[in-house]
This record gives sequence, C-alpha cells and structure tokens, in this order.
Amino acid sequence: MEQREEAAETFRIALDGVSLRRGHREVFRDLSCGFRAGEISVILGGSGAGKSTLLRVIGGLTRPDSGAVRVAGRDITRLSERDMFTVRDGIGMLFQGGALLDSLTIFDNVALPLREHTELSEREIHAAVARRLTAVGLPETEGLFPRQLSGGMNRRAALARAVVNDPEIVLCDEPFSGLDPLNVRRIESLLMDLNRRLGLTLLVTSHHLASSLRMADRIVFLRRGGALVGTPEALLRSADPEVVAFLSAESEAGSR
Amino acid sequence: MIGAIQRLGNRSVGIVEELGRMTVFVAGVARTLAMPPYRLRRIVDEVYDVGALSLAIICLSGLTVGAVLGLQGYYNLARFGADGSLGAVVGLVLVRELGPVLTALLVTGRAGSAMAAEIASMVTTEQLDGLRMMSVDPIDYVVSPKALAMGIAMPLLNALFIVFAFVGGYLVGVSYLGLDGGQYWTSLEEAITVADDIAGSLLKSLVFGALIAVIATYRGTTSEPTASGVSAATTGTVVTGSVVILVFDYVITALWGV
Repeated sequence: MEQREEAAETFRIALDGVSLRRGHREVFRDLSCGFRAGEISVILGGSGAGKSTLLRVIGGLTRPDSGAVRVAGRDITRLSERDMFTVRDGIGMLFQGGALLDSLTIFDNVALPLREHTELSEREIHAAVARRLTAVGLPETEGLFPRQLSGGMNRRAALARAVVNDPEIVLCDEPFSGLDPLNVRRIESLLMDLNRRLGLTLLVTSHHLASSLRMADRIVFLRRGGALVGTPEALLRSADPEVVAFLSAESEAGSR
Repeated sequence: MIGAIQRLGNRSVGIVEELGRMTVFVAGVARTLAMPPYRLRRIVDEVYDVGALSLAIICLSGLTVGAVLGLQGYYNLARFGADGSLGAVVGLVLVRELGPVLTALLVTGRAGSAMAAEIASMVTTEQLDGLRMMSVDPIDYVVSPKALAMGIAMPLLNALFIVFAFVGGYLVGVSYLGLDGGQYWTSLEEAITVADDIAGSLLKSLVFGALIAVIATYRGTTSEPTASGVSAATTGTVVTGSVVILVFDYVITALWGV
C-alpha cells in the first residue's frame, strides 16, 4: 500500500494536507488521500482513527483546521453553509445511527429529499420510495415511525433515504454495523449494484473486513501519520505494523 | 492580578461572541420565516404542540391565580370598604402584569423546555446533520416553525389564562364571598381599556413569546451532542427564559408604562 499514488486532479474527492484537532486530541495531521469517481472506497482503521470524522469532513459537516478538501473540483473548506448545499445536492450520506427524523414516518423520511429538491408528483415519489425500501428489504414499513423499527432496520431505511435521489457520491458510515449476515449481504449487494449501475462514488467506513474486501475497489487505511491507500490485495500483503495488527485482530474476532 | 484581568477579558469576549452567534441565529430564523417555502403544515403541528398541549396547565393555573387574587383582593379591599372594586383590581393586575408574565413562565416550563430538549436530542442523534446533508436548512425546517408557533400561541394562551383567572376571581368573590356579580363584571369592564391595557398585555406576551422561542431553539441547536447536553439545554432554557422574562417585564413596564 502507498501513502499517495497520483495527482489530486484524478480524484472525485481529494484531501490535501488536512489537519484537525478536537480539544487536545489530534484527529488528522497533514492527511492527504483521494477517492476516484465511480469506485467503492472502503475506509478502514482502528477505533478513534477518524473514519466517521473523515466522512463528516468530506460532507462539510466538520471543517478542518487546515488543508483543502476538494469535492468535484471545489474546495469545500472555503464554502459557506449555503454554498455547501449546492455541493451536497450530489451527495447522500448514511449516518451510523441512521439520523432519521423521529417525527416522520419511514415513508416521509425517505421521501424528504425528493419533496425538497424535485418537482416529482406524489405518485412518482411514492413509487421511488417504495422501490428503494424494497431494495433495502423494508417493503412493509412505510407507515411506521423510526422508533418502531430496530437499529438495523433504521439504518437500512436511512440508506434508502441516502440514495433515493440518485446522488453521485454516497458516504456510508458503518452500514453493516449491527446487521445479521443476511442483511450484510443484502446491503453489500445494493451498494455494489448502485455503484455498477449508476457509477456512484461510494465511500464506506467499516469494521466488517470480509465485506470490505469483497466490495472495495480501493482501501484507505487510516493510521497515525496518515492514510495508506491501495487495493484489497495490497492491504492483505501490507507489512505495515498497524495494518498487520488490525488484520490479525479482525481475523481473530472473525474466527471466534 | 494579570491572570484575573485576562480571565475577565476572555469572559467578556466570550459573552460578546455568544451574543454575535445568537444575533446571526435570530437573523437566520427571520430570513427563513420571510422567504419561501412556507411550511404551513409544520407550523400548524408546532402550534398544536405549543398551544393545544399547554391548554390544561394554562386554564388550571389561570383559575387558581384568579381565585387567589379574588381572596386577597377581597380581604384587603374590605379593610377600606372598597370590596366593590374587586373586579377592577383583579382585571388590572391580571391584564397588565400577571397574565403575560405567569403565562410566559408556565409556557417556558412546559413548551420551551420541551422544544429545547427535542432539538437537542436531534443534535445528539445527528438528525440536524442529516438534514444538512440533504441540503435542507435545519433553521428553516426545524427551528423557524417552532419559533413562529411560539409567537402565535403565546398571546392566545395569555388571553385564555386571563379569562380563566377572571372566572376564578368571580367564583371566589361572588359565588363564595357574596359580592354582587354585576358589580364585579362592571368594575372590571370599566377599569380595563383596550388601547392601553389589552394592547400592552398583547405586546408583552408577543415579546415574551419571541424571547422564549429564541432561547429554547438556540439552546437546543447549540447543545453538546450528549445526554448531559440535552439536560443542560433544557435546564438552561427554563432558567435563562424565566430570568429574561422578568427582566423584560420590568423594561417594557418602565419604557411604555404597560
């Protein structure tokens, strides 16, 4: 695995010298890495490595202390919140906890981006929402509220919401966490299908090594001192002590 | 000595920064209320939450406060042979002062705290960030309908509180202590003027409603994303809201004699 491979212009999303501190904790120091258009990039790393924070930085929810974050060629660190909305129109995000609105039904949650940003009729919105909910395996949940679903079901509904308006980039924070093996495969297939069919650029943080290796075109391994980037095969061959420790811990956990 | 001055300076800068952030926040709320989309459905839902769900506590409190005023007023007026003016005393005290202030304090405790807690828990569960990632402004979608609902509901709740307090005063003064009912209502009607007293009461309740709305929504949106953050936002809303209401009550009375 390499630390930096190619020029930033070839990437759909590129971080250049990003540093971020949270209180006394240094989350990123001079982090540089890129994500190519149309690829599935899985972000791996130990707990506290900054995987979720990296997605928040790319989504413009957290501003780095220094460095540049380019999304589709625009440095979003200099954009106002209002200008960020135009960038986010092309981004869907699945939060770790789902982040569905408690006060809305599952249908209204998934329909929200369509109602806010498209001129679709209610009939078309209904069809689009039903299609997405069926794809994530939740066809009968339209009238339910998030509190009436399990954590895993909420996350699947949130994934349906993240992709309902066909964004170009989808950021998924731990999409497999808390799911049974059947639903892990279901979500994995859905993400891969969206990637292949629509050419989505997918960034996925995960602890689920098997899924990561199956899905990823590219692995970004976050560690102290920066990111290692490479193919899944390169990750498995890596001699980096942090990667080796991570892989051995994961395989031990998997064999138990 | 220098350390104390530095701390004082830092504290002062912190207060100015906080006021600046709050001003930007209020400007954002005003902008989203003035510009489309106008989220009527959400506003109606919020008016129901703030207004309809506060009806029981407002009516019961109004009745009780009116009854106490009736008792106190009767015993004190009777000492000077002026018990026939009970309606006027109850009316003036309620319309000009107790109605708007007590309604605002009750609404702060019930609806203001609930508003702050709801928004703070949305911060904790990343719901506001989720909206931002869908290019939906949380100020527009969540905060402004709540703030406007508070502004709409407060004068109505104030009016309801006052009416129930009149009835409480009547029940004690007339039904219990034996004053003449016609005299009670006549003295009340003669003492209160629409242009001065009712308009002043309305002004106070509007100002209080706006203050509670700003404090509750600001505390909620700026809370720490933790359980203790939700608790701090709720407590902060009730404490700050109550103090600010009392201070502004004095300011409005001193400036406009309301």
